[in-house]
Amino acid sequence: MKEQFLNQVKETLEITDREINFEDNFKEYDEWDSLNLLSIIAMIDEEYGVTIDSNTMSKITTIEELYNIIESNK
Amino acid sequence: MAFQEIKNIQIKGIAACVPEHIENNRTSKVFEETIDADKFVETTGIEKRHTVNGEVICTSDLCLKAAETLIASLNWDKSEIDCLVFVTQTPDYILPATSCILQNRLGLSTECFAIDISLGCSGWVYGLSTIGSLLSSGNFKKGLLLVGDTVTVTKSNLDKSTYPLFGDAGTATALEFKEGADGLKIHTATDGKGFESIIIKDGGFRHFFNENSLKVEKQSDGAIRNNLQSYLNGQDVFIFGISKAPKSILGLIEKYNINKEEIDYLLLHQANFMMNDKIRKKVNIEENKVPYSLNEFGNTSSASIPLTLVTRLSNEMKSGNNKIMACGFGVGLSWGSAYFETENLCCPELIIY
Repeated sequence: MKEQFLNQVKETLEITDREINFEDNFKEYDEWDSLNLLSIIAMIDEEYGVTIDSNTMSKITTIEELYNIIESNK
Repeated sequence: MAFQEIKNIQIKGIAACVPEHIENNRTSKVFEETIDADKFVETTGIEKRHTVNGEVICTSDLCLKAAETLIASLNWDKSEIDCLVFVTQTPDYILPATSCILQNRLGLSTECFAIDISLGCSGWVYGLSTIGSLLSSGNFKKGLLLVGDTVTVTKSNLDKSTYPLFGDAGTATALEFKEGADGLKIHTATDGKGFESIIIKDGGFRHFFNENSLKVEKQSDGAIRNNLQSYLNGQDVFIFGISKAPKSILGLIEKYNINKEEIDYLLLHQANFMMNDKIRKKVNIEENKVPYSLNEFGNTSSASIPLTLVTRLSNEMKSGNNKIMACGFGVGLSWGSAYFETENLCCPELIIY
């Protein structure tokens, strides 16, 4: 489940040239921009039924934190 | 919940008008690199937009053309039009109301009810609800709902979060009192807590036009614009849209026992493809029942639903009956859905201004 989420983030951000980790600050990825932000919100909404608001999204930095929010909101 | 059933009225026709000038997002200067433009088009689905492009063309001008064409196509006698509802956030003047000017320009009777409504993306649904209620009692027999915006005038061409999304359009919808007709089924909702999500700060009476209003600055969201240009919090609006729009549609279906399978078309406000497709999936309606006009016209605010119908479904509308679900959502925040059936709808070809 956790691994699957990592893959989903990777696919959503269209990262093909490297592996990504839970500790990564995804907002520092080269691929990170406002459109990808929406893609991530949409993916989480679709796959997990959790809608992350902009305030929460602005506070988190790592993929781990993102995953924890989904877990606590499911 | 704000549900309404408005009986004894029928939508007779819909027409739309857009400015001639076309802007292509793939070659737009707002993007620094081609790859950014391509990604934008791919995600939003918005390839081109018709814009007023610096010319003084008002929403009322576009709506006037659409209305004239529609009245002629319907063979309506102008003296029989009892009410005119004009929905826009880009009126001619701060005062008077543009609907008064349109009454005169259209040559309607001075015994005509005319009113302006200030709403954006939800405007067509709210307009239908308002004019439907005016006609439903039978006191008024014929009504014109004119809906549109020239929102591109309010966008900074240095703001890639708003500029490439929007297009301009004006529409006209003709409605008639008809005893026994099923009319409209409508859900409407409002959440003013999000009023700052889409906003033009200056130029109204809260922040009067002042010496700083025209100062073009880099804003906290990184975009460059002045305070007479509109700010859009894409993230907030995205979350709002994908959560509220499906609930509104599904709520209406449940309230009135509408058979979802029988809906011929779901017409969504043309926000952007990624958002609209999410909404479609949540409502669970097949792709071929959800037409798009945003690829060619962008987000045309309150005009987007009737514009989509005119440009994508006119053949289907002209002959036979169709069951339509429409949903508008956006600035306010305001949203709503309308369900209605059409019968041989008068649907003139898109008018180019």
